[in-house]
Amino acid sequence: MKKIIKYVIFDILRNRIVLVYTLFLLASSFTVFSLEDSGSKGLLSLLSIILIVVPLVNIIFSTIYVYNSAEFVELLVSQPLKRKAIWLSLFSGLASSLAIAFFIGVGIPVLIYQANIIGFTMIAVGITLSIIFVAIAMLATVRTRDKAKGIGVAIMLWLYFSLLFDGFVLFLLFQFADYPLDKLMIGVTALNPIDLGRILILLQLEVSAMMGYTGAVFKDFFGTAIGLASSAGALLLWIALPLWFSTKLFNSKDL
Amino acid sequence: MGGCAEVKFILAILSLFLSFQASAKIIPVGSRQQFKTVTAGIQAAAVGDTVLVDAGYYKEKNLQILKSIVLIGINYPVLDGENKYEIISIKADSVEVNGFKIIRSGHSSLVDLSGIKIYDSRNVTVKNNILKDTFFGIYVQNGLNCTIENNQVIAVGKGGEQQNGNGIHCWQSEGMRIIRNTVTGHRDGIYFEFVKNSIIWRNTSVKNVRYGLHFMFSNDDTYVSNVFENNGSGVSIMFSHRIKMFNNFFEENWGDAAYGILLKEISDGYMEGNYFSKNTSAIYMEGANRIEMRRNTFKNNGWALKIQASCSDVVLERNNFIGNTFDVGTNGSLVLNRFINNYWDKYEGYDLDKNKIGDIAYRPVSMFSMIVEKYPSAMILFRTFIVTLLDKTEKIMPTLTPENLKDQAPLMKKAF
Repeated sequence: MKKIIKYVIFDILRNRIVLVYTLFLLASSFTVFSLEDSGSKGLLSLLSIILIVVPLVNIIFSTIYVYNSAEFVELLVSQPLKRKAIWLSLFSGLASSLAIAFFIGVGIPVLIYQANIIGFTMIAVGITLSIIFVAIAMLATVRTRDKAKGIGVAIMLWLYFSLLFDGFVLFLLFQFADYPLDKLMIGVTALNPIDLGRILILLQLEVSAMMGYTGAVFKDFFGTAIGLASSAGALLLWIALPLWFSTKLFNSKDL
Repeated sequence: MGGCAEVKFILAILSLFLSFQASAKIIPVGSRQQFKTVTAGIQAAAVGDTVLVDAGYYKEKNLQILKSIVLIGINYPVLDGENKYEIISIKADSVEVNGFKIIRSGHSSLVDLSGIKIYDSRNVTVKNNILKDTFFGIYVQNGLNCTIENNQVIAVGKGGEQQNGNGIHCWQSEGMRIIRNTVTGHRDGIYFEFVKNSIIWRNTSVKNVRYGLHFMFSNDDTYVSNVFENNGSGVSIMFSHRIKMFNNFFEENWGDAAYGILLKEISDGYMEGNYFSKNTSAIYMEGANRIEMRRNTFKNNGWALKIQASCSDVVLERNNFIGNTFDVGTNGSLVLNRFINNYWDKYEGYDLDKNKIGDIAYRPVSMFSMIVEKYPSAMILFRTFIVTLLDKTEKIMPTLTPENLKDQAPLMKKAF
């Protein structure tokens, strides 16, 4: 298994796309921090990158990579190896290389300019989001055999998580405005890892606006140890569940 | 020789004054003095005398000052109200109380027991005192031309709004001067009700349970260079006219119903040089008319300005809006107010003719702030992609946000 992970990581590094991704992140983080006069404003601009670019790149790159290594996977399956091990090492290789890319691209600038609790939250959320979208991409690929369709599904999933879901929440808010929705909203955010990550960062960042009544409800939940633990748990579930499903599907897949 | 006679006459009158002043005695009070208690000292004093109290610990129950005398404490003698009594009651004109440490007044829900209370008097001075654990700190009822200066008023009680009185409370008074006091932990730091022509200058009002400063039905007052920080709900000005506010600091008033300053039903106000930072809403205006705001700074607030549609003729000119989450929030489409020449850090326009004024108008109300105003739970979508998209489209084609709420001539650089 270790060998396969090593091979996957080397293969990805040779691919150079991840290298370009790292450089892009690095360049944009340094620009953002040097352009804005206050560090916390830089963090805000970086937040958009983390919430939009990182999921997009991760989901699409992973999807394409898994499709392209279909022959390699077939070759491995013919060897005396467990399918679960093959699939998990493919995941580990992808997730670790993309997480490292994120850490170098965003983590290091953040640690240089804003080595505080906000910065650490941001890095942790970014890395978790990277891994989550690798897991989701692998679930998408294992379900569809057609490459074009698979990439389409990946893009749709990204669109759903970063745009459509929030639109749906907004619609829900308008429709049920007469009911107390604050508590429900906390539950709804757990259904979207991007939202969950955003709120975790925002609660550290922009206290005054979030401190209104609703903000107080959120803060009461996400600010406590239980809230923090359960939102971290929800994020981990977002890694574990897609991975578990995809492994199960891959085990019985007719290659 | 008429001139000489005049000089003599003047000298005679002067000497009369001198002799009158010389007749004012100093009455020492202390454990090693002739008078052991302050009450005895005050009783012995005549009009114009000075009662000089040595450092020490005095349980005097309720001290009544019924004549014009000066009461001075040396090294902060302690007057203890034993949690039962009002400590000093001033019921005469031109009294001065200076340099005492006044602790533990009684608490009552029927009578406003205070550390120092001034009843129907004029020209009273209360200065350099420390008041600790009093129900009301300094209470002025029907005062005229009184000075309250350099006192420290600290409430220790952990009680809510009802178990706790106001730090400096003025009722039905005129010509008050409230200068350089520090108030902490009370219900309202400074409270004005039916107070006219008064000034509040260089006070610090922090961590009070309700408001740092509270005005009700008080007209023609001015407050200058005060600091209001971390109070339960900031500062509240209600039902008052012609209030002037200069160079005050409003900071860190956080919470749902917390405002840097709440302006309700006030008219003809003037605000200049004030600094608002880290408040949930820096200014909340409701039913405010003819208010002018110039050269104020709004920095890092949740909302810099919440201006309800019931306000009219509010003018905002040359203010700086920096790093606020929302610049302006409102609840309707009617706009009778004027924004001009302000600096908005979110302004994205250009200045082709280089006159330092942006060529296109700035709309400080974002679509999302309108949505949040209506549906507070929508705050959970703050800074999502879809919200940014909505805001951008709204900026180009306003449909929900009030068409007329805009700064026609926004500044490209900070106003000051």
